[in-house]
Amino acid sequence: MRKPKLPFVYIMCLLFVGVLLAAAPADSGYEVGDTARDFKLKNVDGKMVSMADYKDAKGFIVTFTCNTCPYSVAYEDRLIDLHNKYAPKGYPVVAINPNDVSVSPKDSYTHMQKRAKEKSFPFAYLYDETQEITKAYGATRTPHLYIVQKQKDGKYKVAYIGTIDDNSRDASKVEKKYAEAALDELVANKAVSQPNTKAIGCTIKWREA
Amino acid sequence: MKSTFLKKLTAATALFILCLAPAFAQDVKVIKYKELEQLRNAPHDTLYVVNFWATWCKPCIKEMPYFEALTEQYKNQPVRVVLVSMDAAEDLNTRVKPFVKKRSLKSDVMLLDEVDANTWIDKLEPKWSGAIPATMVFNNKRKQYEFVEKELSQQELQNLITKYKPK
Repeated sequence: MRKPKLPFVYIMCLLFVGVLLAAAPADSGYEVGDTARDFKLKNVDGKMVSMADYKDAKGFIVTFTCNTCPYSVAYEDRLIDLHNKYAPKGYPVVAINPNDVSVSPKDSYTHMQKRAKEKSFPFAYLYDETQEITKAYGATRTPHLYIVQKQKDGKYKVAYIGTIDDNSRDASKVEKKYAEAALDELVANKAVSQPNTKAIGCTIKWREA
Repeated sequence: MKSTFLKKLTAATALFILCLAPAFAQDVKVIKYKELEQLRNAPHDTLYVVNFWATWCKPCIKEMPYFEALTEQYKNQPVRVVLVSMDAAEDLNTRVKPFVKKRSLKSDVMLLDEVDANTWIDKLEPKWSGAIPATMVFNNKRKQYEFVEKELSQQELQNLITKYKPK
């Protein structure tokens, strides 16, 4: 009579683990060291873009940013500079607009196209219309950077989460270039010494339920 | 003729008063992180409601009337609303003060003059990613504290206050 009990315990254990996994907060996002998922999002040129498309990239500066947040706007030129400096070293910028168009109409795809043209963005500017990627990464504000490094097995390891530098307001007064420091270390195959930084930014405009 | 003149006179008077009004509006205190920390550690049996906002932040401006309503609603009670602006110090006179005047804000308004948020956010609240609006309510005497990093509805804010307000 005792025997049937064992499978039952196993099943209960499996169920318990399953519940734990399912209950793991999906919206908490990535931490440094986690593996970031790839995406397939529409670029301002109409083409779908994934990280896997960049055969020669060593990693990416995945940046959640938008048209409307003054901090994002203040960082546009610096994001362009970052791309121009690090894309040749294997780390291009991939910008993703996470904002819901019904909450923030000026973050629409058409407005993205317009802004990308005005600023001649040298990088992809993608639209996360469903906000699925933004949630998976755990981005909360704009701009919000995730620097990922491609591993030998093709996975994308999160190496840095944070801000570009220490002065959003005035690029000429920047003293600490946090993202560049991290990228220099990655390019030199070193560990990132300051992998987490914070900055004030605009809250992401989530779709209202 | 007479009524048009009267209308013009009224308009002129109104304009004149409007021009004077800024002289009576409340001031914006510019603080450093240390002072924000002192506020956070205030030992009184008071419910502090500290809201982080900026003039450029739309959702912040949307929820601001709810905070203003608290100031009015609890003016004779141990509830203190402090609106801490994340605007740059350079924008104090050009943006923040005019904003405070235009809206005749009654709550305490401060401007945190710290350029690099990375140096202080984690000290204040490690859970805060840096997005605004964000709000903290606390009563240190009663060891109460709650932090919210999102735009609040009037009901959500009211619920927070009801939960912690000294009875």
